[in-house]
Amino acid sequence: MGIDTVVWSRLVTGLTLSFHMIFATIGVAIPLMTSIAEWIGIRKKDQHYVLMAKRWTRGFIISVAVGVVTGTAISLQLALVWPNFMQLAGNVIALPLFMEVFAFFFEAIFLGIYLYTWDRFRNPYLHWLLSVPVVLGAAMSAFFITSVNGFMNQPDGFKLEAGHFTAVYPLQAMFNEATPSKVFHVLASAYMTGAALLAAIAAFSILKKGATDYTKKALKLTMSILLIFSFLTALAGDTSAKFLAEHQPEKLAAAEWHFETEKGADLILLGWMNAEREIFGALHIPRALSFLAFGDFNAEVTGLNEFPADEQPPLVVHYLFDFMVGIGLALLAVSAIYILLLLWKKRNELNRWMLRAIVFGAPLAFLSVELGWFYGEIGRQPWIIRGYMRVEEAATTSPNIVILFFVFLLLYILLGTICVFVLRRLFRNNPAEVELEKAAKAKQNALKEAGDLT
Amino acid sequence: MSYEIIGISVLWIFLYGYLIVASIDFGAGFFAYYARVTNKDHLINRLISRYLSPVWEITNVFFVFFYIGLLGFFPDAAHYYGSAMLVPGSIAIILLAIRGSFYAFENYGSKKNIVFLFLYGATGLLIPASLSVALVLSEGGFIVAANGIVTLEYFKLFTSPLTWSIVGLALTSVLFISASFLAFYASRADDKPALKLLRSYALFWSTPTIIAAFTAFLYLSQYNKRHFQNMMDLWWLLGLSVVFFLITLGLLYKGHRYGLAFISLMLQFLCAFFAYGIGHYPYILDPYITVQSGATQEAMGIALIGAFIGGLVLLIPSLVLVFRLFLFDADYVKGKK
Repeated sequence: MGIDTVVWSRLVTGLTLSFHMIFATIGVAIPLMTSIAEWIGIRKKDQHYVLMAKRWTRGFIISVAVGVVTGTAISLQLALVWPNFMQLAGNVIALPLFMEVFAFFFEAIFLGIYLYTWDRFRNPYLHWLLSVPVVLGAAMSAFFITSVNGFMNQPDGFKLEAGHFTAVYPLQAMFNEATPSKVFHVLASAYMTGAALLAAIAAFSILKKGATDYTKKALKLTMSILLIFSFLTALAGDTSAKFLAEHQPEKLAAAEWHFETEKGADLILLGWMNAEREIFGALHIPRALSFLAFGDFNAEVTGLNEFPADEQPPLVVHYLFDFMVGIGLALLAVSAIYILLLLWKKRNELNRWMLRAIVFGAPLAFLSVELGWFYGEIGRQPWIIRGYMRVEEAATTSPNIVILFFVFLLLYILLGTICVFVLRRLFRNNPAEVELEKAAKAKQNALKEAGDLT
Repeated sequence: MSYEIIGISVLWIFLYGYLIVASIDFGAGFFAYYARVTNKDHLINRLISRYLSPVWEITNVFFVFFYIGLLGFFPDAAHYYGSAMLVPGSIAIILLAIRGSFYAFENYGSKKNIVFLFLYGATGLLIPASLSVALVLSEGGFIVAANGIVTLEYFKLFTSPLTWSIVGLALTSVLFISASFLAFYASRADDKPALKLLRSYALFWSTPTIIAAFTAFLYLSQYNKRHFQNMMDLWWLLGLSVVFFLITLGLLYKGHRYGLAFISLMLQFLCAFFAYGIGHYPYILDPYITVQSGATQEAMGIALIGAFIGGLVLLIPSLVLVFRLFLFDADYVKGKK
């Protein structure tokens, strides 16, 4: 029996994407947090917030490096592992891929400037302005690359006759029907995850070393951002589900274990299934699926049995979907409770259980992003370009792909470990308070020097 | 001019840009490590890091830009190069990944680490060596398509003198370009000891570069007569390249006007690179893909050119800003900011 190169190709790509996704999410989200913190710091003339921006950026730049190199890796792997996909996609969807590079270029340039010009402008707002192109560049990158993924789900903008392109409309391919809801979901969840990460760091520091002005302000700021974006993520998730119900019903049906087309369909939560597709131990919420899919308790929801067996996505996506949604809602709840406690003066929003929940929220948020992408990708099976190209037609035929999987696995373990190690060393012996004192002293000395001169 | 010609010209110009900025970066890695080993790092490593810190990501993007642009304008390249280069391409990915992340770990992390620096220096030589193999492959004969299956003939590739002569040219060029640029940067920073050391590096690598260039040209004449003949028809471009090389060498030897010396070096490589590229035309992969046969649909070609112009409108002012802040701001270069 030969090696199943298709499975290994999927494993290599899945591995690279799962690893890249962590850093890409940080890369999209942190610039926005930094920008907000710096702006508040300048406006309120509060050094705590400026320091927050500085410290976040310093950690961010290290994760960005890993994001850049894994991003380069995945862009090359698209052609190396999926040469036939890239040939077809190159004809139709090259425009956003190309523009993604520009957006990233733009971001990289201003990130470099932002990083090295903290004290070079007399007007602090000028330095803050440099963060705007970084935030925009990151968001545009996410937009362009997500539109490529949208194309794989809802291919549009070309005519294929007997294996040849007779017409290509690049803009139509880019603005395919899946793009808006996907971009909304990707951006909202990235910002949510970034806020959850920074909130967890602040909460962790309070748990370990007690609360300080700096950590309390950081927690308050990041939890407020988390509340906004976990709400927006829930909204975006709802939009995406409604989109699937209408345009890609097999993907939603697989996630919901919904087999027969019916009106007033139940929502099935968790549970398990035997070989005859009988569901046990699940929570049934009457008519809820119809409501979630169409905003109407009696709407008709297409079932999976409408599709030929060899075009149905694997049913395991049900769990990916349920856990993704569950984590998203849990984050919304945690941030809402924190804000309530904060506003309700008699209560202490810094109690240990609250802080522990916030710390726990960060890994869960990243898990949720990963689950979401796994659902998005596995839910599209067996297609790589839905309706046009199956994954087995697209993959490389080279058996070397097996060795490469392990080589890349080793590389990512190495990069991930060292990245965490370097980040820890960067902050462990350098708490915010010490840094504030140092900055104050340096300023005093500078003033003294200036005084001596005059 | 048709869109595919514009496409390939733009890509070639970008590849030239990558050649220059990446060489500076790759060579700087090697020199930083070499200086550490020979205990001269106190002279130049601060200077190198001042230049590289703000720009390394920009360098990386040049490469991705060229490569994504190539796939966009010529999707067939994905099928041939993508299928054939799974292993060498993956090795290049790993080297690029190690280099980029270890640079950040070394530079933005809190403690210096000799292992990080070694990896950074070693990849500085290995990456240009592996990337230059793509140029060898494009000459044809190494990538073979039969019955729809594309394969790479490794034995033929690694035993061909053409391969090794081009790899040699890539390595010497990287070191020559990098040392010349860093000498210019040191002269701007008014850093005499660094300048003295870097000037000696630049002078040292000049002769091997020109010898490697002639060697590669010689082996090309045996391997691909069509390409060689096309280049000979552009004898004036090759001649100009030699003239600029001599000007660079003269200025470096006299030890003044390092900026002019570096411009002259850029022109030297521009002439040679375009003589090579124009001579290569019309093939993107001899004999399977030509600029005409491999081009994408017209609508996509025009959209890409439009995006490119829009992108440049955005990028050129930004790049000018970077240069003014980090390259031409004498105070920053001198380390006062």
